[in-house]
Amino acid sequence: MKFVDEFRDADTARALAARIAELCVPGRRYAFMEVCGGHTHTIYKHGLEDHLPESIRLVHGPGCPVCVLPMGRVDDAIAIAGEPDVIMTAFGDMMRVPGGDGSFFDAKAAGADIRMVYSPLDALKIARAHPDKRVVFMAIGFETTAPSTAMTVLRAAREGLENFSVFCNHVTIIPAIKAILDSPDLRLDGFLGPGHVSTVIGCRPYEFIAARHGKPLVTAGFEPLDILQSVYQLMRQLHDGRCEVENQYSRVVPWAGNRRALEVIGEVMELRPYFEWRGLGFISQSAMQVREAYARFDAERVFAVPGVRVADPKACQCGEVLKGVLEPWECKVFGTACTPETPIGTCMVSSEGACAAYYNFGRFSRSRVRAGSAGPTPLADPVVLR
Amino acid sequence: MSARDGITNGMTDEIGNGTERRAGWAEEAVATHAGAEHLRSEEQVLERIERARRRRPRVREQRVTLAHGAGGKATQTLIEAVFVEAFRNPVLEQLEDGASVQVGDARLAFTTDSFVVSPLFFPGGDIGDLAVNGTVNDLAVCGARPLHLSAGFILEEGFPIADLRRVAASMARAAAAAGVTIVTGDTKVVRRGQADGCFVTTAGIGVRERAVTLSAGAARPGDAVIVSGPIGDHGVTVMLARGELDIEADVVSDTAPMHELAAGVLDAAGDGARVLRDATRGGVATILNEIATASQGAIVVDEAAVPVREEVNGAAELLGIDPLYVACEGRLVAVVDPSRTEAVMTALRAHPLGEGAAVIGHVGDDPPGLVLLRTAFGGTRIVDLLVGDPLPRIC
Repeated sequence: MKFVDEFRDADTARALAARIAELCVPGRRYAFMEVCGGHTHTIYKHGLEDHLPESIRLVHGPGCPVCVLPMGRVDDAIAIAGEPDVIMTAFGDMMRVPGGDGSFFDAKAAGADIRMVYSPLDALKIARAHPDKRVVFMAIGFETTAPSTAMTVLRAAREGLENFSVFCNHVTIIPAIKAILDSPDLRLDGFLGPGHVSTVIGCRPYEFIAARHGKPLVTAGFEPLDILQSVYQLMRQLHDGRCEVENQYSRVVPWAGNRRALEVIGEVMELRPYFEWRGLGFISQSAMQVREAYARFDAERVFAVPGVRVADPKACQCGEVLKGVLEPWECKVFGTACTPETPIGTCMVSSEGACAAYYNFGRFSRSRVRAGSAGPTPLADPVVLR
Repeated sequence: MSARDGITNGMTDEIGNGTERRAGWAEEAVATHAGAEHLRSEEQVLERIERARRRRPRVREQRVTLAHGAGGKATQTLIEAVFVEAFRNPVLEQLEDGASVQVGDARLAFTTDSFVVSPLFFPGGDIGDLAVNGTVNDLAVCGARPLHLSAGFILEEGFPIADLRRVAASMARAAAAAGVTIVTGDTKVVRRGQADGCFVTTAGIGVRERAVTLSAGAARPGDAVIVSGPIGDHGVTVMLARGELDIEADVVSDTAPMHELAAGVLDAAGDGARVLRDATRGGVATILNEIATASQGAIVVDEAAVPVREEVNGAAELLGIDPLYVACEGRLVAVVDPSRTEAVMTALRAHPLGEGAAVIGHVGDDPPGLVLLRTAFGGTRIVDLLVGDPLPRIC
């Protein structure tokens, strides 16, 4: 596939891996956090860790929007969906996220009208088609998806739609990174910066990470070679004794971000004083809510939202996994009580979460596989289809 | 937009409306597994997980959800915990695509399948030929010559007769092409809103004329794993035909009867034929997992060797789904003794449906019961049963 295969070439990867290995100081161990769940997914999906020397460890961060959504917010959304004449709309990834009493899938099976959409504009279409219903969009995501939610609210306002609102759960990435940097158990040597978020906010907001916390950051793309290249850039910085913010994903990410997108967010939304993150607890000014001026499109004002809090079970060690203190398999409930079918903690919820990625893609002994019968298949030549 | 303050944990009491609850299901799940020792090595944890996976599955949900119909882990759990539990017998417990039964001297294959595809008509086919080919293929991969089919229709009040005629005509054509006759049927009409236009259920019987016994448990280390052509065409076609995605691609369903193709494979493989499967719902990945679990072998797949059309790959990439999980309706997966690989490949490629056949991997011995993918990027990962629906990802 054009513009994709070039970024997944095994020979290029091996060459890059060799250069990374050359930069490793013998006896030193390195830990880099990829903040974004999309990176976690790529790393596991392509088996990228097989290209890294054993002394380099990738720590999977908190950047998966559905993973960090607390159970109480899911319950609140289900409560809204249970109000008369409500059609709740949500992205596909939202459907399986567990609340205190089950997921959207369960609520839908019990009779709530919950529909999957691919864009908030689809929710708007449903609102136009059903003037007798109240259509709510379950808005989730970092700065990546916030502009499209904001645009949709602006359009609803322009059209004078009265039966559309958003249940705003948008979060912001910087406070989450700060929370990790401020953690006393921090053992990271640098960050792979989130690519999609950076298309909106740019690279400047990360400068404090290098300047004040002394950790280099490289904003990375989502193909496996992007990530390998970014690891190389981080290693290069450590080797040269530099500590900077670099942009590996410059083919997509402008250094200053997307001003228009930021303006649209700012027009419709403002920071909340605090917001709960699953696994990380309450983080101040880490999420957005709809501004007063657009109150009639704010589901939290239109409906009586119960504001439920659901405690994570004590056995859950997601916080430690998110900060890189524990490997997913070191958690007490990993793979037994907590599995992708019945995720208890945040990291097991979507395939972008660290535990789910490890469970789905990495649940085998690499050392045994390298030694065993799992070598290449005789006769299995790469295929070329027209 | 950056925040000035850091983390503020422990504000539980002052924040929110003061209502704090516990997630009953989660606490219960933790309690069920309580007492598990805190293991120190990754190997021990992996073993504990495999033990947990071998336990009899439990349905946690109070109601059926769409995930129960997606062909992945939830479907398997529902089937095992409800249906196998209720109907338990040695034939059913094999959980093959169809049942292999003996009546007097006659070695028969028997199967059934229901079709609820939306839209009813899509590029390359419709619910009619899908319903006939699906059952023909389930019989074919049991090693049987398909003979007779039944057809049951559940129709929604208001469904156009012209569309029903179109479906019936398409079924008749498909039956003629597959050399089967539709010999019995049933019709029910439900009130508007109680069905989605037209649902079709077919059942079929065939005769197993070859001595070979195929089963997922028969795969053994060294065997070759083959697919008969590019995968994922049907699933991607239908997803795009729904028109919700605003993506267009030049791709058509692969729906086709595979009785000749399967017979060709069996003739070429002789007693080296181990498993034949029809890669429908859940795609090739689900079939391979069933084979790995049943045989306790390791199925090792070479990603670069898996045939996927450019259009299918592109659409799957955009939607964030893996073609390995996307349904086919005219592709079989074969596991054969390595000494027969070339003969089987020759037989497949001699048939129009098998032109794109490829050896995609082999059976190894470790790790038992898992499907491993050697990625085109040069890494290794697991290909697990899918949990829930193969839903598009947002970012």
